[in-house]
Amino acid sequence: MLELLFKGRPRFYLWMAFLAAIVGLGVIVYIFQLVLGLQVTGMSRDVSWGFYISQFTYFVGVAASAVMLVLPAYFHHYVKFKRVIIFGEFMAVGAVIMCMLFIVVDLGQPQRVLNVLLHPTPNSVMFWDMMVLSGYLILNLLIGWVTLECERHDVTPPKWIKPLVFLSVFWAFSIHTVTAFLYAGLPGRHYWLTAIMAARFLASAFCSGPAILMLLLLVVKKATKFDPGKDAMRTLATIITYAMCINVFFYLLELFTAFYSGIPGHQHPILFLFSGHDGHMAWVNGWMWTAAVFAIASLALLIPPALRHNEALLPWALIMLVIASWIDKGLGLLIGGFTPTPFETVTNYTPSLAEILVGLGIYGIGGLIVSALWKIAIDVKKETGTFELKA
Amino acid sequence: MKKSRRDFLKVAGLSAFALGSAAALNLGSAKAATAEGTYETAPAQLKAKRWAMVIDTRRFTNAADFQKVIDACHHEHNVPDIPGNQNVKWLWKDTFAHTFPDDPHGYMPDRIIHGNFLLLCNHCDNPPCVRVCPTGATFRQEDGIVVMDPHRCIGCRFCMAGCPYGSRSFNFRDPLPFIKDVNTAYPPRTRGVVEKCTFCTERLAKGQLPACVEASDGAILFGDLSDPASTVRKALAENFTIRRKPTLGTGPGVYYII
Repeated sequence: MLELLFKGRPRFYLWMAFLAAIVGLGVIVYIFQLVLGLQVTGMSRDVSWGFYISQFTYFVGVAASAVMLVLPAYFHHYVKFKRVIIFGEFMAVGAVIMCMLFIVVDLGQPQRVLNVLLHPTPNSVMFWDMMVLSGYLILNLLIGWVTLECERHDVTPPKWIKPLVFLSVFWAFSIHTVTAFLYAGLPGRHYWLTAIMAARFLASAFCSGPAILMLLLLVVKKATKFDPGKDAMRTLATIITYAMCINVFFYLLELFTAFYSGIPGHQHPILFLFSGHDGHMAWVNGWMWTAAVFAIASLALLIPPALRHNEALLPWALIMLVIASWIDKGLGLLIGGFTPTPFETVTNYTPSLAEILVGLGIYGIGGLIVSALWKIAIDVKKETGTFELKA
Repeated sequence: MKKSRRDFLKVAGLSAFALGSAAALNLGSAKAATAEGTYETAPAQLKAKRWAMVIDTRRFTNAADFQKVIDACHHEHNVPDIPGNQNVKWLWKDTFAHTFPDDPHGYMPDRIIHGNFLLLCNHCDNPPCVRVCPTGATFRQEDGIVVMDPHRCIGCRFCMAGCPYGSRSFNFRDPLPFIKDVNTAYPPRTRGVVEKCTFCTERLAKGQLPACVEASDGAILFGDLSDPASTVRKALAENFTIRRKPTLGTGPGVYYII
């Protein structure tokens, strides 16, 4: 099916060239990082993980969210999702590859990354994370590719694909649970040492991932006239709404435990994220308040069915939701985890320009992969006559 | 440039000879070396079931007391002096509130609340850094010392997130330009790996006590925690001591006489 990539309109190649240019810039900056070391980042002895690891965490969630289409379609036979499942699976492929790249660019000695496999250490959550992410990548690529190929040749998918689909549902939960365990098992990091971390991660993934998918599908609809179907989109919006309610609820649970117990260690990271330190505001404070306001505003637009089904309002609600969840997990999680330091002091962290450009490069690679795979999926649907929505 | 078959055979023959003789040489030396996967201790090696350290904080009263032990350690191990917050530290000092953040209150003696305390790797019984390391690059020896293999470290810094004592440093850059007086007897590290205090395993192997202990004139004690007659056990029996963050269950091996 790869040959379909060579039969595109100029607009498609222009878009791909634009993404490739961003990737190129990221690669150049990464070469500097390879030569000079991680000194080009804003990380420090006290804040030893930053933008890269937080983006990795966020995109594990995006990858896992494909399950919100697969589960209703296969476990509950909700056939209206079958039309769009392939987009969820292919988005997961792009997201997992982004995750892996974000890990690699964060390493001080990236050429030694295979040491994780050469010297397997089952007591390390990082080892398991590498296992489950690789497995999830293979599952989604295999399932997506085989089902699409079968759709193209108008045959039923082979029998062995179904057990893999069921496996992928459990696997999706596992990737984000294991990623939460990276954080939730560390003694002395108060913001992370919470039993609800994995549940919070899943809730945040299952609202933000489908929201990104829906926004991208709206763009595709504008660009190619591919209609994912009104009912499918409404159901997905409902799923997003429930997941976001649970996500916000879980965060409020954290606030209760920290502030009703009155234990300073539990309060300090949250106080730092929202109000800074010793009367000094930190740059992250404005972002955290933006996240809080956007989270509430998105819920206000999503919970009432009349507003949720309003096609003009829905994209705005989704954009606010994505921004809120990205700040919570892509900035606050890491900064709150490392601040205060183990010495109860504050070391500020701001991502450097180099970090942001390398990160954008990886976003570009994700964009290239998802664009290519989605184009193949759309072209196959055009070939087989499943492109048009049937009443 | 065209290579004839003759040229190719020449190169191939030479390569085969080189490989063959290298293999023969290896075979000769392998007999003398220790078998793979095992190790032998040096004859002079100081041995213990559980190495531990006791720091008599009463004997660290001025900046010079701290500086001489820190310098001894950092010179011995080629620890670079990098300005800014991407620095590397094996042994350093900080206030009581930063060293024991759970313990301070406003009415402590001046000597405590305004004093400084030495910080280093605690060589825990149950080290979180070892638990999280994805390659086994950091591991706990049978004698209780937590060590690093900088050649296996991939620089993921999971151990730094895991350590509740902030004892680990990452080489954000090549450290060599920041080492004033290089000690050629100890290897400096490369950029991109994590490092920390090793309780001077290289000195124990030669029958010497750690560099900071030697430089401290008896203010830092070092010995076998499992031996009731050891200097550390005597000091622990006679003095009130505390450890950093004991509630986390890591079992630190560094004790402070207050």
